[in-house]
Amino acid sequence: MKSFNFKSATNSKDAAKLATGRATYLAGGMTLLPAMKLRLAAYSDLINIKKIKGLSGIKVSSKSIRIGSTTTHAEVAASKEVGKSIPSLSMLAEGIGDPQVRNRGTIGGSIANNDPAADYPSACLALNATIHTNKRKILSDKFFTGMFETELKKGELIETIEFEVPEKSAYAKFPNPASRYALVGVYVAKLKKEVRVAVTGAGSSVFRSKELESVLSKNFSASAIENVNITSKGLNSDIHASPEYRAHIIKVMARKAVSSC
Amino acid sequence: MAVINLKVNGKKISKEVPDNVILSDFLRNLLNLTGTHVGCDTSQCGACVVHLNGNSVKSCTTLAADCDGSEITTIEGLAKNGKMHPMQEAFKKHHGLQCGFCTPGMVMSAVDLLQKKKNPSEQEIRDWLEGNLCRCTGYQGIVAAVKDAASKM
Repeated sequence: MKSFNFKSATNSKDAAKLATGRATYLAGGMTLLPAMKLRLAAYSDLINIKKIKGLSGIKVSSKSIRIGSTTTHAEVAASKEVGKSIPSLSMLAEGIGDPQVRNRGTIGGSIANNDPAADYPSACLALNATIHTNKRKILSDKFFTGMFETELKKGELIETIEFEVPEKSAYAKFPNPASRYALVGVYVAKLKKEVRVAVTGAGSSVFRSKELESVLSKNFSASAIENVNITSKGLNSDIHASPEYRAHIIKVMARKAVSSC
Repeated sequence: MAVINLKVNGKKISKEVPDNVILSDFLRNLLNLTGTHVGCDTSQCGACVVHLNGNSVKSCTTLAADCDGSEITTIEGLAKNGKMHPMQEAFKKHHGLQCGFCTPGMVMSAVDLLQKKKNPSEQEIRDWLEGNLCRCTGYQGIVAAVKDAASKM
């Protein structure tokens, strides 16, 4: 890895002050460090945010769950409160990577990175999440702007992710057998006002499937999905799956998710 | 470059390390604890698993500087007074290794599983070891060893 300065911040203000020039924040480092080792990314400074009090932890109310950005996947998966309030979110956290990645990786890091095949971005879109940063609130619909791109500005720090508690929800993932990243992951949520369906792994960035949302809003059942036409246009193509195969798997995962709601 | 203070296998360590040094390199090259192996160096194979404040992590994807003030246990820290840890005994008994390269990571990962779940089922053991790859594909012996150790720990 190329050399850089490692600094620890003790509060958000301190972190923002340190985040100058070619600096970036470091939480679990499960994506950042491999990217730096492969020389896909280089920074002058890594600002450790794990020592900032208040950035880690889970608060549950009847309407929402707020998860601090440095909360690990293992903590979310083990939280009885999350399991009771939004079981699909616990299941999603339990299915990320492997135990060692879950012990270290964080929710804030996952969404800030916006890997096209990451799991959490789909939960944010489906559960109508609000991303609270040190500067503002960003709706998940505005947050994920493209492959590895988000609405976050330079030096902006995610503090909390607030998920709406749905009436019903489920996440179904078809994992790549080697990396465990989603080849296709579909998160379905029946919220108070609307039905949301978020798809990860299939496109250049997580997206909402309007076709699935429209049929499921009228009839929230697996059979309603049968006649939906999912277009393969614009979907990812790689050695693992063609766009047509991914389009097919979106439907299969959506059916699986709705059936398990 | 900064001085980091941490406990490794119960021993207090104070060392100056460059900020970009990875924990696995720190353990192997600066502390000569070469029991922690580096297989893929991309956090997929799990040969480098150590415990950081009681939880298993991949040391090839952790900065040494980030471990300032932490407690680390490596494979060298499991045996007590010359007696192998029950997990190590079980790996020996069930021949849970072939070439042995993945073994330190497998053992450290399995010990963490039993810390979190006392009597895991075979499926739970297999799920937990998802992040540990054995290039000899000797998984049967490994799973049998973890099961046996669970009954003794």
